[in-house]
Amino acid sequence: MSGPVIQVEGLSKRYWLDQRPRERYVALRDVLAGAAKGFLRRLSGRGGSTTRDEFWALRDLSFEIPRGEAVAVVGRNGAGKSTLLKILSRIVEPTAGRALIRGRVASLLEVGTGFHPELTGRENIFLNGAILGMRRAEIRRKFDDIVAFAEVERFLDTPVKRYSSGMYVRLAFAVAAFLEPEILVVDEVLAVGDATFQKKCLGKMGEVTAAEGRTVLFVSHNMSAVTQLCRKAIWLKGGKLQAVGDAATIVRDYLAHDAEQVAERTWDWPADGPRRAPGDDRVRLLAGRVFQDAELSGVIDINRPMEIEVEFQVLRPVRDLIAGCTFTNSLGTCLFNRCDWKPNQLGPGRYRKRLQIPAQVFAEDRVSVLIQLVFYDPDVGSVLQPDILHFETVDSDAESPVRGHFKGVWPGVLRLGLPWADAERIPDPAAPLRANL
Amino acid sequence: MLEPELVIEAGRTERQYWRDLWRYRELFYFLAWRDILVRYKQAAIGIAWAVLRPLMMMVVFTLVSRRLKLPEGGVAYPVLICAAILPWQFFASAVTEAGNSLVENANLLTKVYFPRVIVPGSAVIVSLVDFLISTVLLAGVMAWFHVWPTWRIVALPLFLALAFAAAAGLGLWFAALNAKYRDFRYALPFLIQLGLYASPVLYLSSLTPENWRLFYAINPMVGVIDGFRWSVGAVDFHWPTFLVSCASAALLLFSGVQNFRRMERGLADLL
Repeated sequence: MSGPVIQVEGLSKRYWLDQRPRERYVALRDVLAGAAKGFLRRLSGRGGSTTRDEFWALRDLSFEIPRGEAVAVVGRNGAGKSTLLKILSRIVEPTAGRALIRGRVASLLEVGTGFHPELTGRENIFLNGAILGMRRAEIRRKFDDIVAFAEVERFLDTPVKRYSSGMYVRLAFAVAAFLEPEILVVDEVLAVGDATFQKKCLGKMGEVTAAEGRTVLFVSHNMSAVTQLCRKAIWLKGGKLQAVGDAATIVRDYLAHDAEQVAERTWDWPADGPRRAPGDDRVRLLAGRVFQDAELSGVIDINRPMEIEVEFQVLRPVRDLIAGCTFTNSLGTCLFNRCDWKPNQLGPGRYRKRLQIPAQVFAEDRVSVLIQLVFYDPDVGSVLQPDILHFETVDSDAESPVRGHFKGVWPGVLRLGLPWADAERIPDPAAPLRANL
Repeated sequence: MLEPELVIEAGRTERQYWRDLWRYRELFYFLAWRDILVRYKQAAIGIAWAVLRPLMMMVVFTLVSRRLKLPEGGVAYPVLICAAILPWQFFASAVTEAGNSLVENANLLTKVYFPRVIVPGSAVIVSLVDFLISTVLLAGVMAWFHVWPTWRIVALPLFLALAFAAAAGLGLWFAALNAKYRDFRYALPFLIQLGLYASPVLYLSSLTPENWRLFYAINPMVGVIDGFRWSVGAVDFHWPTFLVSCASAALLLFSGVQNFRRMERGLADLL
C-alpha cells in the first residue's frame, strides 16, 4: 500500500484572544458576575456585546506526506508548528479542514510526559509506555532494549527524582523511541540531553525512517539536525504554508528570510491599564536591546564591539539589584553569563544599564539572550526572561579576524580574539655543538 | 497490512472515541496504579490510612449520635455508622479526586492524546481500591458486635456498583466544571460537606417524613447507604427509594459522560 500517510486539507485552527489577557483562567465567579451584569444591562436597555479578538494559529493548510519520509516543520515561534503537531496528535481539534492519517501516531511533544518523580525507572517505563499507547505485553517485550538504549541499568529501581537530568531524558526518549508507531511526531525533544545522546537519538530516528519505513514529522529550531535528519521540509509562516520542498533548500531560504532576529523587545508600562512587564512588586523589565555602532541591530559583526541594553522600572527602593545576561547559541549551549555584582541602591524610577561586549567574542551563529534582574536572596527571583533577544552573528572582512585568512568552517562556540605574544628568542643550550657539525 | 485510518476534523472525534477507549483500556489500570503507588509510597503509615480515616470518623459519629439519642434500628450503632461511612467515604473521595484529576494532570493532557475520560475514571478506581481495603474495618466492627452476615451480604457489590455510577457521574461533571472554571475547586469541598448531611450517614433515612422520602432518594447515596445497611441486616429494604436512587444515578452518569464529552474537545485549549 502506498500513497500519502498524512493528508492535510485546508486545516485551520482559531483561538479566541480574551480581552483581558492577564486572567489566564475563566473564573466561575466572573462568569456569574458577567451574566448578572449583562442581564442588568439588557434590562436598562444599554446593549453592547463584549468583543473578542480572533487569532488564527493555522490558516488553510494543505500538504501531503508520503510514507517513510522524515519531514521537518520549520518556522518562527508562533508560526503554528506546535499547533499543527497538536492537531495531528489529536490533542486539540481543528476549527476547520481535515487531516487524514493512515497508521498509528505517536507524539513526542515533550520528553518524559507522565513521568512521576516518586516512581522508579522501571515503574516509569511501564507508566510512560502506557500513556504513549503501548500494551503491557509490548512494553515487557521491549523492556530490555529500552533500558539498554537509555543506559540506566544500574538505576532501574531508583526513583527518577534522584536521576540526573541526562539520565531522565535518556530514559524518556528511549521509551518513545521503541514505540514503533507508523508515524512519529517529534517536537524539539532533541534540545535536551548531552551531545552524545543527541547523536544517538538522531541515529535512531534516521534508522526508523530508513530501515523500517516509518514516517517522522519533526519540529526543531536546530537547523543542522533538520538537514541531517530530514529530506523534506515544510515552512510555516504566520500559520500559513510558505513553502514545501527539499529540506536543504527550505532551511536555506528560511534562514535567509524568516529566521528570528529580535534586536529589541519592549513592554508597556502605562500609567493606567494592564501592566504586563515581567517582574514583581520591586522591579519590572521594560526593554532589552541589541546595539552595534549605536544602532539597534539583529545582525552583529563579530569583529566589532556590541552592547546589550536593559531598561527597567524600579517600583520601590531596592538594594543590590543584580542585572545579568546569559548568552546561548543555536544548539542550546550556554556560551557565558555576565552579571553586575556591584553593590547598589536604587530609588523608584526608570533605569538603563548597558553590557559592553568587545569585538571577537562570538562565533558565527544565532545567539539568544536571557535577561535577569535578581537579588542576592535566592528565594526572590524577580525577572528571568529567557530568549528575549536573538541576533545573528556574522564574520566580516576584518583587519585581523580570528580565523585569519582561512575561509572554511572554524571550530569553537566562541571566537575569542585572545592575544598571542610575539615569538621571543630563548637560549638553546645545544646550539654551539650543532654549529660545529 | 491493514492500518487504521484516522480522520481528524472539527467535531469528528466521536466515532473513534469508544474504539480508542477500548484500545487504551490498560491506561485505566496504569494511572490508578500510579496514584496508589505514589500515595502509599509517600504516606508513612501507608495502607493503614485507608482504614484509619473511616475508623476515626466512625468513632466520632458514634459518640455524637449516642448523645443525640438517635434510634438504632436493631443493630449496634457502630455497625450502622460503619456501613454508611464506607460507601460515603468512597463516594466523597471519588468525586473529589475525579473532580480535581483533569487539572492535576494538565501537563499530561496537553502533551499526549488518549481518551480523556480515563483520567477521572482512574481517579474513581483509586478510591475504589481504598474502599476495598477499608472493608476490613466493616468486617472487624461486625465481628466485634457479633453481627453475622446473612445471604444479604451477596448484594453488596450491587450497591457498590450504584455508588460507583453515582460517583463517576458526579465526578465527570465536577472534572469538566473544574477544568472550565478554575475557582470551582474552592466550592467542591463545601459541596461534598453539604452532601454528607444530605445523605443518611449520621441518621437513618427512615427518619425522613414519608411523603418526602422519594424526593429525598434523588440523592443516589440514599439508595446506596440504605442498601449497605440492609446488606448487613440493619434495616428493611425500601424498593421505591432504591429505584429512585438507581434512576438518579443512571441519569447522573449519562449526563456526566455527555457533558464531559462536549467539554473534552476543547480541553487542551482550556488547560
